Amino acid sequence: MSRFEYAPAPESRAIVDIKSSYGLFINGAFVEATDGKPFKTVSPASEEVLAEVSEAGPADVDKAVKAARKAHEKVWGPMPGRDRAKYLFRIARLIQERARELAVLESLDNGKPIRESRDVDVPLVAAHFFYYAGWADKLEYAGAGPDPQPWGVAGQVIPWNFPLLMLAWKIAPALAAGNTVVLKPAETTPLTALAFAEICQQADLPPGVVNIITGAGRTGENLVTHEGVDKVAFTGSTAVGRAIAKAVAGTDKKVTLELGGKAANIVFEDAPIDQTIEGIVNGIFFNQGHVCCAGSRLLVQESVYDEVLARLKRRMGTLRIGDPLDKNTDIGAINSPEQLARIRELSQVGEDEGAERWSPECELPSQGYWFPPTVFTGVSQAHRIAREEIFGPVLSVLTFRTPAEAVEKANNTPFGLSAGVWTEKGSRILWMANQLRAGVVWANTFNRFDPASPFGGYKESGYGREGGRHGLEAYLAH
Amino acid sequence: MTTIDSGVGAGVDGLADVTSSEDRLRRFLLGLPGVDQVGAEARAATLSTRSIKTTAKAYALDLAIQMIDLTTLEGQDTPGKVRALCAKARRPDPADSTAPQVAAVCVYPDLVATAKYELRGSGINVASVATAFPSGRSSLAIKVQDTKDAVAAGADEVDMVIDRGAFLSGRYGMVFDEITAIREAAGDAHLKVILETGELVTYDNVRRASWLAMLAGADFIKTSTGKVSPAATLPVTLVMLEAVRDYHENTGLHIGVKPAGGIRTSKDAIKYLVMVNETAGPDWLDPELFRFGASSLLNDLLMQRTKLATGNYSGPDYFTLD
Repeated sequence: MSRFEYAPAPESRAIVDIKSSYGLFINGAFVEATDGKPFKTVSPASEEVLAEVSEAGPADVDKAVKAARKAHEKVWGPMPGRDRAKYLFRIARLIQERARELAVLESLDNGKPIRESRDVDVPLVAAHFFYYAGWADKLEYAGAGPDPQPWGVAGQVIPWNFPLLMLAWKIAPALAAGNTVVLKPAETTPLTALAFAEICQQADLPPGVVNIITGAGRTGENLVTHEGVDKVAFTGSTAVGRAIAKAVAGTDKKVTLELGGKAANIVFEDAPIDQTIEGIVNGIFFNQGHVCCAGSRLLVQESVYDEVLARLKRRMGTLRIGDPLDKNTDIGAINSPEQLARIRELSQVGEDEGAERWSPECELPSQGYWFPPTVFTGVSQAHRIAREEIFGPVLSVLTFRTPAEAVEKANNTPFGLSAGVWTEKGSRILWMANQLRAGVVWANTFNRFDPASPFGGYKESGYGREGGRHGLEAYLAH
Repeated sequence: MTTIDSGVGAGVDGLADVTSSEDRLRRFLLGLPGVDQVGAEARAATLSTRSIKTTAKAYALDLAIQMIDLTTLEGQDTPGKVRALCAKARRPDPADSTAPQVAAVCVYPDLVATAKYELRGSGINVASVATAFPSGRSSLAIKVQDTKDAVAAGADEVDMVIDRGAFLSGRYGMVFDEITAIREAAGDAHLKVILETGELVTYDNVRRASWLAMLAGADFIKTSTGKVSPAATLPVTLVMLEAVRDYHENTGLHIGVKPAGGIRTSKDAIKYLVMVNETAGPDWLDPELFRFGASSLLNDLLMQRTKLATGNYSGPDYFTLD
């Protein structure tokens, strides 16, 4: 009998209408940039140019911040919370209505599989707006004092790994708390943020409440250092986060930073083995490993090491790599040539340092930016691939003997964003969660997100929390 | 592929040892890795999102038809009903001779002879439930005789039920001995062991019962009688597929899996086939190793098959009842 070969099942692109060029969304309208030169955004899966996008120069940034200031003072700040909630609910419903379109657009611009953008990213985006809409008229119960007030204008800079989801994490709590925002999406993934700008128009959101300016690092720098910005929120690399912290030091600006990670995913010998393998795969290969909280360091108890590795490799052999728009794709494209180069470089370092590299047999498309799911064994704490964030589908495997050693190794990193614990023993889960210096500890699962659950880092993974009541506090003066 | 040492003592010899005493069997079954309910259900749900279209769908529909144990297990069954079902099994779609035959017809023991006669020369097997189906609440002597009757009447396959009361009270040795006895009574007939997962309830129990049945000599492990709700579910079948995969890694033996009850649509059937493909592997995409216990599923598969071939979706009146 022949094999069960899945025929191509591509999601249709017809649902998205990508314009050939986009302006900046300032004060409720798309406007031409006054300075800065336009740049192109490409589909990383095919290198096809999707659209031309404007770069916001200093004058544009200034215009956007002033629009946000005016909107905050005249409209959004004084507006009763219940009315702000009305807009947020409206935005949430529009996101649901346009969910398929947003998912396709996200997969095109970012390279992530449609299965994830459709089933994870976009539903979570809507959920975040619904969740924070509910808080807008209840701020006095948020634990931030009896009469909490918004900071004013929030300058927000987000990364390319979850473009629309990171936008939601930033904009929803800011608006609920009464701030107005100027947000800069990553230069390689601006399209869903620009679609969100259209949704703001569709929702009749007052002009200036949300401003979306596109550009690269320099635009972001101009935004966070602009004197009209009261609150800075950034998600991205630790290096940029550090630069932002330096730039705003000595000013009145409030800052939250959500930075890199090198999470330990810890597997004990009594783990539910089949679900653990799924959790390891989800921990590192979800979104091509472009996840700051990815479980990139697998710590396996030595007594089950052989079994876990054999099962993991077998499972990796079933991962489907290819067209992000194919509904059966598990692993999509690497977002940019720069990121691909970094993943390649660090993987080479891993080999050079003596770790053993393995990938399942898989055919990578000839066009676009691709990297196969990869596992390194024989890794020790001293190897660079066990220390540095690779931000790609590359897993480093280490072993431990006792729970105490697992904790010691897990915590022995400058980062502290997340960790995972796999065991059937409840008491051990609680003990581990207490010992691990990480903002999120998942037990018998990994990479689960919920708008009601706070997320953020220890140490070089940043400060401040997003999500839940904690995420609201960052946008309230108290 | 690397051999998986699941820590249960690799190879047939190691496994023979675990059944040498009730105490060892018990320790072995309780020592199997646990199943995390949330994780197992999430995995089943993710696999359900696979999109099977065009050529893949055509392949899956025909394969699913060939995997059906066309079943009638009612008090009201008569020779006439069974004859009609057998005719359907031979020629599922009277309008389309390219539609494949089903794998087997599944009936109560007293109707085996009728089915055997009706299916002569077709290559379609007759499966009979036995062992005081569906509750299994009878003495071992009666269960053995029930099995012998079915085989004597010509059953090619025997679908037995395990003693859930014994299993749930921890008397694993008794369940093991009973399966062994039925195995012997069934002779050359293929033995399917029904776990009745709807009564075992937890996935940990499903995994233990799967291993217990395989160790005792089952050719197939089957989810349900169809008389208890819930019957077959995707996560339960996932756990059973993992068990046969691991058993194969240990022993080199292929054990079949049969979800039964509640699978009514082509869409559902295809979800099961995807799960088989990505869990146990392509070896199991074969009627020798995977079956559906179903009746109404067949017509839905035929309707989808016709739709795929002609582009038109016709109504139920264009397909025969049985």
